[in-house]
Amino acid sequence: MSDRGGDRLAVRKTYKLFIGGAFPRSESGRTFPVRAPDGALLAHVAAASRKDARDAVRAARGAQGAWAGRTAYNRGQILYRIAEVLEGRAAQLADELAAVGVDAGAARADVEAAVDAAVWWAGFADKLDQLVGAVNPVAGPFLNLSTPIPVGVCALACPDGGGVAGVLGLVLPAIMAGNSAVAVAGGPAALVTSTLGEVVATSDVPGGVVNLLTGDGGALLPWLADHEDVDLIELSGAPDGMHADLEERAAGNLKRVARTGGAETVGTAAAFCEIRTVWHPARI
Amino acid sequence: MTTTPKRDAATDLAQQFAEYVPSLEARDIVAIRPSYGLVIDGEERPAEGGATFPTIEPATGAHLADVAEASPADVDAAVAAARRAYEGTWRDMPGRRRAKLIFRLARLLQDRTRELAVLESIDGGKPIRESRDIDVPLSAAHLFYHAGWADKLEYAVPGMTARPLGVVGQIIPWNFPLLMAAWKIAPALACGNTVVLKPAETTPLTALLLAELIDEAGFPPGVVNVVTGAGATGAALAGHPGLDKVAFTGSTGVGRSIRRQLAGTGRRLTLELGGKGAHVVFDDAALDQAVEGIVDGIFFNQGHVCCAGSRLLAQEGIADELLERLRRRIELLRVGEPLDKNTDVGAINSAAQLERIRVFVDEAAADGCRIDQPSRPLPERGFFFPPTIVSGLGGAERIAREEVFGPVLAVQTFRTEAEAVAKANATRYGLSAGVWTEKGSRILWISQRLQAGVVWANTFNKFDPASPFGGVRESGHGREGGRQGLQEYLHTTPVAA
Repeated sequence: MSDRGGDRLAVRKTYKLFIGGAFPRSESGRTFPVRAPDGALLAHVAAASRKDARDAVRAARGAQGAWAGRTAYNRGQILYRIAEVLEGRAAQLADELAAVGVDAGAARADVEAAVDAAVWWAGFADKLDQLVGAVNPVAGPFLNLSTPIPVGVCALACPDGGGVAGVLGLVLPAIMAGNSAVAVAGGPAALVTSTLGEVVATSDVPGGVVNLLTGDGGALLPWLADHEDVDLIELSGAPDGMHADLEERAAGNLKRVARTGGAETVGTAAAFCEIRTVWHPARI
Repeated sequence: MTTTPKRDAATDLAQQFAEYVPSLEARDIVAIRPSYGLVIDGEERPAEGGATFPTIEPATGAHLADVAEASPADVDAAVAAARRAYEGTWRDMPGRRRAKLIFRLARLLQDRTRELAVLESIDGGKPIRESRDIDVPLSAAHLFYHAGWADKLEYAVPGMTARPLGVVGQIIPWNFPLLMAAWKIAPALACGNTVVLKPAETTPLTALLLAELIDEAGFPPGVVNVVTGAGATGAALAGHPGLDKVAFTGSTGVGRSIRRQLAGTGRRLTLELGGKGAHVVFDDAALDQAVEGIVDGIFFNQGHVCCAGSRLLAQEGIADELLERLRRRIELLRVGEPLDKNTDVGAINSAAQLERIRVFVDEAAADGCRIDQPSRPLPERGFFFPPTIVSGLGGAERIAREEVFGPVLAVQTFRTEAEAVAKANATRYGLSAGVWTEKGSRILWISQRLQAGVVWANTFNKFDPASPFGGVRESGHGREGGRQGLQEYLHTTPVAA
């Protein structure tokens, strides 16, 4: 007997993590329930553990060098592909936001803002060097060239209530500049964060460049702030009251601390870069 | 006891060429219509009075299609359509929306690369390897790059508010028909201008296909209008009082007359004109790499390249060795059918251009220069010229100073850096130059002294939408590509304090 009747039973999705291009459950076996406003259970979403965070950082480190080695044009093309795939998933993502109580109009606006952000950052990748770098007129016969380079592995505290735009608002500028990202988002954003992994996985983004962890940000962020192989922590979505502690932890390996809010500006791009200056003699 | 005769490399090679089976790209991906109209206000229409001109396949001399020849009245209509589109939609459209349309167009080009490449090679005669690997992907890249600027114009000039100029007339040459169309329209559209584009009369077909893609992408009608025709159409467009800017790529002679035409009008103008680029090869250069760069620099696109490295300045210590290697290398270049994937040098664009090249080389021979050409015969029909090296020059010959725009390399020697600079700069042009040396400081020292808008070091003929391209002196003014190229299409005023 097959289920071809009028009231077909839907297949539910398992909401998992996105690490190294794969979709594992949490190694801890833990999940947390995400519910509709009326209390109905929507899904048990994977709750990332400290070990998952470490795995995500390892995957991010492994992928970062090759990603930074791509041309800016190629990274831009891939970000544009994210916009294309995201547009195709817009209805699903808006539904997942609406299911947790976001107004339908606001949900759609959130997804559209995320698509537009992907287009904006796609077009930024090959402008970065021209807007942030410079040829410097040093007082001598030298070519002196400053170019932005990626910081490395970025831990991103995405706002729990930020929806799709909240997560991508931080992920996009980070990877645009050639970094790899470990993004943490929980609460109502958990469903869409998990689904965003499917968008990233089908957009030609190499595995490990973007890693998405759902769960308790309050628990995950200190571990990431402590982690010796994380180069930058973005605190825009960190819970109030945790900032001082996270900054203090970040001092361990002097990781950069950023708070960009995901603004679509050259300032956000620069926050995800270091500057390298090269001197070369120009006299024979 | 019998002995087999020893086979030398040249015999082997001759054998290989005798047995050669071409690897032809299929033509049937492109449907060439018997006739094409003008594209004005989003609609195809015949020219006033039904005037047409033929476009020819240079590899065979065969007639491809009849194309509408725009009259001054047609140009008027196109400029008026562009003005309506500018004031009605494009000027005030949010940058993000313009960006999305240009991104769409870039994607449509990527979707249709094969078709565009084949059409480009049929109509223009360039090898399919080049149209497929360079012209079409680089065209898409230019659109992609500039799409990304459309919503970031506040960053184009720091401290300045950027506004579009208005309606732009763009006149492009026959050597890179699609690529020049993309170079021209991408920054214009990104900055919020509307366009009347005039492709060259020998190569109008890819620009007309581009116009179809622009329509498919969903651009408002009139944002890009295409008026096909020859010099008279170009002159009608360049001098049209309804334009806010003219952008021209072509010969220095025509560029100069456009400059005169626009004198006193206050209209903006960018000119990308001829060149007589020199490779400067020092005795420490990696010679194999230099040989490949020099060959690519002059024989790429049959030498129909404004920035071609049409002169070679070799330091005396390596001049003989380098020349010998170059002579051996051109023997291996395959000249012929543009649609053959193995072809290195395709067809000369037109019979008239072929004749111009012949006159240059005959004159050099009469002046006593040495002429080296490959020994293999050329195809029997179509317009072809063999890769040619002219050496033994004094430096005063016409071929050493004027643009041939064909596959002809003029060779001179030098002793010191200063002499190299003096000889390299001894033309009225200033578009490109090549420097070949393993010493970085020498590259930078000489680059600062070469009169050229682009200097390639240990490479040649590299193009990227992020990199400004253009000339100094009589090679024109203005840049295409990069942030600097964008400014050519913007009116900027200081940000109010």
